[in-house]
Amino acid sequence: MLLEVKNLMARYGAVMALKDISFDVGEGEIVAMIGPNGAGKSTALNAISGVLEATDGSIDSGQILFEGKNIRGLRTDELVAEGISLVPEGRRVFPTMTVLENLQMGAYKRNDKAAIQQDIESVLSLLPQLKERMKQKAGTLSTGEQQMLAMGRALMLKPKLLLADEPSLGLSPNYLELVFDKLVEINKNGTSILLVEQNASEALEIAHRGYVFSIGEIVLEDTGKNLLRDEKVKKSFLGGL
Amino acid sequence: MEYFVHILVITGIYVILTLSLNLVVGYTGLAALGHAAFSCVGAYASSLLAMNYGVSPWLGLPIGACSAAVLGAVVGAPSLRLKGDYLALATFGLGVIVYSIAKNWVAVTRGPMGLPGIPGFSIFGIQLSGVWAYLILVAVFVFLTYFVLRRVVKSPFGRILRGIREDEVAALAMGKNVNKYKIIVFMVGAFFAGIAGSLYAHYITFIDPSSFTVMESITILLMVVFGGMGSLGGSFAGAAVLVIFPELLRFLGMPSSVAAPLRQMIYGLLLIVLMLKRPQGILGTYRWK
Repeated sequence: MLLEVKNLMARYGAVMALKDISFDVGEGEIVAMIGPNGAGKSTALNAISGVLEATDGSIDSGQILFEGKNIRGLRTDELVAEGISLVPEGRRVFPTMTVLENLQMGAYKRNDKAAIQQDIESVLSLLPQLKERMKQKAGTLSTGEQQMLAMGRALMLKPKLLLADEPSLGLSPNYLELVFDKLVEINKNGTSILLVEQNASEALEIAHRGYVFSIGEIVLEDTGKNLLRDEKVKKSFLGGL
Repeated sequence: MEYFVHILVITGIYVILTLSLNLVVGYTGLAALGHAAFSCVGAYASSLLAMNYGVSPWLGLPIGACSAAVLGAVVGAPSLRLKGDYLALATFGLGVIVYSIAKNWVAVTRGPMGLPGIPGFSIFGIQLSGVWAYLILVAVFVFLTYFVLRRVVKSPFGRILRGIREDEVAALAMGKNVNKYKIIVFMVGAFFAGIAGSLYAHYITFIDPSSFTVMESITILLMVVFGGMGSLGGSFAGAAVLVIFPELLRFLGMPSSVAAPLRQMIYGLLLIVLMLKRPQGILGTYRWK
């Protein structure tokens, strides 16, 4: 297993956000976490990426193992060094910095200009939409382009595991398709993906496996295909498709 | 003429203060309100070394700057937990503490009586005196500060600072140790403020705590905002305008009973108009969120 989370409990102040959840992500997998607002999906993701502490949350107990090594309590920058990178919810690109500078921010602790340039090229070949925008300020991009940039920036860190928090949030239908296509492509290039999504049907279509969250607990776990066909999931999240 | 050159020397010292605060506030986006405390430490450290131990200001200045940098690390510590207004208040408080120490630790600082007769800089045994010599000396330090800070903000390090300003969580997600960078930025800013304080002390040859009040910190912050946050050129403009403009108002030729309050009012009006018409400052591109 690439990532194993065991009996994780987390809270924001007095509010219990995760009640004893366990899940895992295998090598080369896309795993989707779906569920309604406030079910704890993003909290679980933030707990893994170490952002939880920076946003006033805390982990009470549980284990987070990455490649068998305990990573709970590591700082975010140490996690990045381990090979975990996050595409944050709402994209969070650096708005007054250019697209190029945004990508360079992802060039982790390296000074080798040629290698960084090569990484930028390979990100651009995956996300050609960014090519003509390189000198533009990231804040002037469309929402969809910003999502591409946020993904490209995370890929600059060369992660083994990509954590994607609500990548479809606020996207036009065209870009929504594109973003999910790109996630599949990134996965085919060898990066495992843990995906948090409200858009359950799209997420489950590309996911190998999925977990259904409800009020801080995992209530269902199965392959993506089976969850798509599951009556309860259909009723709750897929709008009776 | 001497008077004009004196104003230029003072402007130069303020340019150093403004440039260094701009790194913290403008480039990294940390609301810091205690900059005068750092120049206070620089000024007192090198003055006391010179007066009590005969240490040359050439050595006292870097020692003062380094002491200020150490204080910078201390002041930087709350910035790891506090943001925005809260950080502004915490740094404000530290400014008050440093001022109070300078004022009340009479045994060392002579408190409100101040330190008179601080020796000046000398070159090859010749005492630097007169405004012209200090104009050149201060100009050298202004360029040094500008050159170093320009290198800093144009480097990948500077890019990370802007990233922290734009979005701290995203900078974290990019694997940047945000806490480390914040402390370093506070230390660098404090270091140069310490230089400015030391220059001021050896130029004026007298310091007392009243030169390093929190109001002074606010003035420096005004210069940063006025000139433009995140713009080094703006720091020159901001410091120059806010030092020179009030002096120009002296020459309006009014009876002194009217002139002094009117000066303050025109000064205040100028600030209001600029912030309404150009909130990003004279040369800035970035606005406070």
